[in-house]
Amino acid sequence: MNHSLVETLETTSIYLPRSMLISDVRPLTQLEKLFTIELPEGVSLHHRPGQFVEVSVLGVGEAPISISSSPSRSNTSFELCVRRTGRLTNALHALGPGDLIGIRGPFGNGFSVERFRGKDMLFAPGGLGLAPLRSLINEVLDDRGNYGRVMILYGARHPSELLFIEELDHWKTREDVELHLSVDRPDDRWTGNVGVITTLFPKIQVHPRNTVAVTCGPPVMYRYVLMEFLGKSIPEGNIWLSLERRMKCGVGKCGHCQMDHIYTCLDGPVFSYAQIKHLEEALS
Amino acid sequence: MSIRIFPKINLPDWLLRIQRDYRLIGSTEAGDQIVFEELQYPSDLLLDHAPSILPPKKILLPQWETLLKFDTSGSSHKVEPVFDQSPTIVFGIHTCDLHAISLMDRVFGQGYPDQHYQARRKATTLVSIECLRPCSEFSFCKDMGTLSTPDDFDLHLTDLGSVYVIEVGSEKGLRVLHSAVGVREATPKDYQRLQKVMSGKWSRFSYQLDFDMTELPSLLDLSYESELWDILGEKCLSCGGCNIVCPTCNCFDVVDQVDFTLHSGSRTRVWDSCQLDRFSSVAGGHDFRSNRAARLRHRFFHKFMYQPETYGFIGCVGCGRCAQACLVSITPVEVLNDLYRRQIPYTSIEQEVLV
Repeated sequence: MNHSLVETLETTSIYLPRSMLISDVRPLTQLEKLFTIELPEGVSLHHRPGQFVEVSVLGVGEAPISISSSPSRSNTSFELCVRRTGRLTNALHALGPGDLIGIRGPFGNGFSVERFRGKDMLFAPGGLGLAPLRSLINEVLDDRGNYGRVMILYGARHPSELLFIEELDHWKTREDVELHLSVDRPDDRWTGNVGVITTLFPKIQVHPRNTVAVTCGPPVMYRYVLMEFLGKSIPEGNIWLSLERRMKCGVGKCGHCQMDHIYTCLDGPVFSYAQIKHLEEALS
Repeated sequence: MSIRIFPKINLPDWLLRIQRDYRLIGSTEAGDQIVFEELQYPSDLLLDHAPSILPPKKILLPQWETLLKFDTSGSSHKVEPVFDQSPTIVFGIHTCDLHAISLMDRVFGQGYPDQHYQARRKATTLVSIECLRPCSEFSFCKDMGTLSTPDDFDLHLTDLGSVYVIEVGSEKGLRVLHSAVGVREATPKDYQRLQKVMSGKWSRFSYQLDFDMTELPSLLDLSYESELWDILGEKCLSCGGCNIVCPTCNCFDVVDQVDFTLHSGSRTRVWDSCQLDRFSSVAGGHDFRSNRAARLRHRFFHKFMYQPETYGFIGCVGCGRCAQACLVSITPVEVLNDLYRRQIPYTSIEQEVLV
């Protein structure tokens, strides 16, 4: 074969993951663990809250995982909160400090924090939805003076499934954070609110024109939380959602994350309700 | 445009010369069907042919394609991208399939460029053939404007009986043509004969759509809620056959394979199908396109509305393969004409009201 016939030789690939070291693994619940990933020397993730990375366990596969840590916290490492639910995430859960994983990204648009400054922030994550929102919440808390009220309504099925308990405790003690928790099924020790996340909404009053509402959670949750946001007269353009899809490639080629004409991996995963309310495939 | 004349009798000799430097792939018979595969003998090439079972897309985007090779046995993981850059020539591409490749170039070039596709594309020279008569009862290339080459081509042949007219569209094409013996410049008489063949072919092809292709995006836009999707959804088997034979479908899955050491292996891209159940499901099990009607509608919208919006190309070239492959006879021509007819009653009602 005469290779001089080929003009230029390719050397790099958009699908090539970068090896990174797991420096810490902390179990959060029966199902979720928090992985701290060390960035290689001289490498910075430069992520926005709401972005995701493609995580590889070589030999098992790759999956999109949202970044759980805030850009304001560390520039030498980042955190991924992972629920074991499939092949890849089960393999991830079997890894520990010192093990290597592959990382591509960050991908997606993330939240435009610039637009949120000066506003009251209303966060309503459900279940694992706190994982991506934690990045944004901590970003806001680390720049607390530039925001109005910070309200967090967090719901989980059971007290044992609440994520980031220490952080929840810390937020609870802060004067400048209004935290309301709820569980669907309480245990003997639970003294808080019982019911789905929407039962927390009557507890807060908002100034609709000055409030940015953000939610992320299981697919079934969105329509009910949206109804609560809209019921409080928050404008559609100020309601933000982070959506879950199986972004196999992360770069707009594989087709799995398409909702109608939109590639969630490129144009999302963060959308305002105004952007997606006409898309039939976005929320159902 | 540069036009040369090449005696047909010299074709086997040219192909042998090409094989010295290139992997030679061509349209050839497999049983009573046509496939694109590496040619063992120049005489196996069949240029006047029915649509191939799989489009020549498979050479640029193989069904199984290794993207990465890895070895995790050491203290640091070795991961390397794999590129197929072996010089390749593909002979016998119909112009519809060439249009499809132009679209692929956009899909894999726009935004984040896909170096695996681009490496293969750069190393591949495409030799297309002018279709002088319809090749399938299902094709509707005339409607889709793919009866002649797109702007971007390498070498294009037209059969003039004892000779081929060869149009040179690129440097790559010209390089390949250098190895052909007996090529001469076209004379005014050759141009006249070419003109005659080209104008003669037009009437052999018929229009299949009841409207112009430029209306497709707006027709689809009006048809999102059409009952037709539910009717077709009842019929569709969700087998994904239409995706697999389609020259413009590019969706894929990625799978890892390990050898028996469990340390080394490869990451492979595999064709996927948006018509299959679970294509749009997420980890928790929720499926965002769980019914067949929605999946079928998505395929049509992707081709006829979303791709024109994103890439400036309609995502269907009218090859008719999906119609032929469909086990329950769902054909794009009938679906699109049906959608069009469903818009007509409203138009006539409006007219009556106006009268």
